[in-house]
Amino acid sequence: MTNEMTMQWKGIAASPGYAIARALVMNKERFVPERLTVVNPAEEQFRFIAAVGLAAVELDAIRQSTLEKLGAAKAEIFEGHLLLLRDPELVDVIIENIGAEGINAEYALYEVAQMFIETFMGLDNELLRARAIDIRDVSDRIMNKLRGVSFTDLVTLNEECVIIAEDLTPSDTASLNLQMVKGFVSEIGSRTSHSAIMARSLGIPAIVGAGAMDIHNGSYVILDAIEGIVIVNPSDEQLAEYHEKQQQYELKMAEYRKLKDLPTVTADGHQVELAANIGNLEDIEKVLDNGAEAIGLFRTEFLYMDRNGFPSEDEQFEVYKHVLEKMNHRPVVIRTFDIGGDKELSYMELPRESNPFLGLRALRLCFRHEELFRIQLRALLRASVYGSLKIMFPMIAVIEEWRKAKSILLEEKAKLQEQGMAVSERLEIGMMVEVPAAALSAEIFAREVDFFSIGTNDLIQYTMAADRMNESVSYLYQPCHPTILKLVHMVVEAAKNQGKWVGMCGEMAGDSAAIPLLIGLGLHEFSMSASSILPSRQLIGYHHYEKLVPVAAHALTLGSQREVLQYVSEYIGNKG
Amino acid sequence: MVTRTFTVVNPQGFHVRPTKTFVDKAISFPCEIKVIHKNKTMNGKSSLGIMALGLAKHAEVTLEINGEQEDQAIEELGAILTGIYE
Repeated sequence: MTNEMTMQWKGIAASPGYAIARALVMNKERFVPERLTVVNPAEEQFRFIAAVGLAAVELDAIRQSTLEKLGAAKAEIFEGHLLLLRDPELVDVIIENIGAEGINAEYALYEVAQMFIETFMGLDNELLRARAIDIRDVSDRIMNKLRGVSFTDLVTLNEECVIIAEDLTPSDTASLNLQMVKGFVSEIGSRTSHSAIMARSLGIPAIVGAGAMDIHNGSYVILDAIEGIVIVNPSDEQLAEYHEKQQQYELKMAEYRKLKDLPTVTADGHQVELAANIGNLEDIEKVLDNGAEAIGLFRTEFLYMDRNGFPSEDEQFEVYKHVLEKMNHRPVVIRTFDIGGDKELSYMELPRESNPFLGLRALRLCFRHEELFRIQLRALLRASVYGSLKIMFPMIAVIEEWRKAKSILLEEKAKLQEQGMAVSERLEIGMMVEVPAAALSAEIFAREVDFFSIGTNDLIQYTMAADRMNESVSYLYQPCHPTILKLVHMVVEAAKNQGKWVGMCGEMAGDSAAIPLLIGLGLHEFSMSASSILPSRQLIGYHHYEKLVPVAAHALTLGSQREVLQYVSEYIGNKG
Repeated sequence: MVTRTFTVVNPQGFHVRPTKTFVDKAISFPCEIKVIHKNKTMNGKSSLGIMALGLAKHAEVTLEINGEQEDQAIEELGAILTGIYE
């Protein structure tokens, strides 16, 4: 469709999707003011202060509209900009320089802002380096006010386009006209740049960090923000291919969006619960965005790592309360700390062990350092009234461990209640099943626990006697091996007999090959990384529980993982 | 005047959020607050200045505080410098 040569650039897919449109190349050549000596510096200082005031009014309006369109977290960017307008190292220094050197406001602003931009660009910390753009954005805004010109306007575009820019400032991104702007590509930036974050919340495809590009205004552009590829002047074949891909993708996403707030049910109405695993507070947003029905595993180790001492009861309480409130009465399974094994603390002297995975870790360590355990339990119990909390103990092998952990928990609960503190009556207490001994004795445990959650990563490692960190034996990581399925089966049956529920929080729970088998075995809750939830919900919707029960039962009788996988794929192949 | 040196422990260094916490606190004190790192001195009430220092994990930072409430300021600001942030 064009005589121009097809060219391609690769960048970082910062916000997924496809766009096909003409390029709008943003020429962001910065205005470089001349250095002038002025007769009346006080007047220049006044002009500068007035420009800062005007910029603040404009920014506050952008902040307000971002707050309404995109929410508080995104509006924070512009709160940051407003703070810069009051920053003494910027504003006070510029005013000082105008006075001391007797120069024009434009140059004084340019010089100080440029110094900071260069300093930030030279920093090692990626997060801080990315802040250079905030300084540019804010100083450009003041500069425009000084010069009486207005910002490049991305609101009044009248043709669909893909924006090509060196980088987009937060102001640019916030003011994009989404009717017309189909996506953007920037030469610099990373997944954590403001513009990348904004693109994800606006839901428009974006590629960042594509490097210097030679793209003409008005050229046809394909933006593949799944693979991170920009194609300029595509061939007719490429256009056809990408129109197809775009359509498929949009259908799939529309499907996922529909599933976001729906329960997870098989085609014949058997309901299960899809939950997410989290390891820090930042993960919660993804959990909510992906329609998780619960948090099935909250790893609390991050509270203990990378610091100089143990977290206090109050600090932990705040964290647990925050998560429970964010989840708004959806279940949250919090695992007591699993330190030891491969997770060491710099401030805690632990004896050297030749087999740390078989040594003093998790609950075993809790019993050795009971006060630490009690602090965590008290924080959890206090937080329990803020949502639907389930406390889970890791690495239990024998029933005495369970009873001891539970009795410590009940002691702390009684103590808190004596002090007049409330503890939720709906609190559930359960255990991880990751030691084969516990799986084999599930029947005994099932009488006393409220729930089980099967930790497949460790369960497989311990069943196969194969270190999961050791690549030489990685072939033994076989989640669908009949032996593992049998252990899962035993746990589910034991729980079912006692009316308890069973979840799974290892990798296996989000594995599309394993899910049909696990449904067939009767697993109740699947906890996985947030990004697997919607695809899994869709997958489960295609299956019939009644048909999967005999499939799973037959899989238990097979001789190897290979046979199981082959059998399942044949079943799925024939099903349609 | 009080002076003391602290070590940053936050794994991601002293980035945007901890800086904001620090500056908000610094502004609440009437005294003059200087933040010194590798021979560069910045106004402790400037987030731009503190971020420009590029304080990474294990960075040694000296606070030099002069004026009213200086003892309380160095305690509270030191605690922020050595805190852990998500």
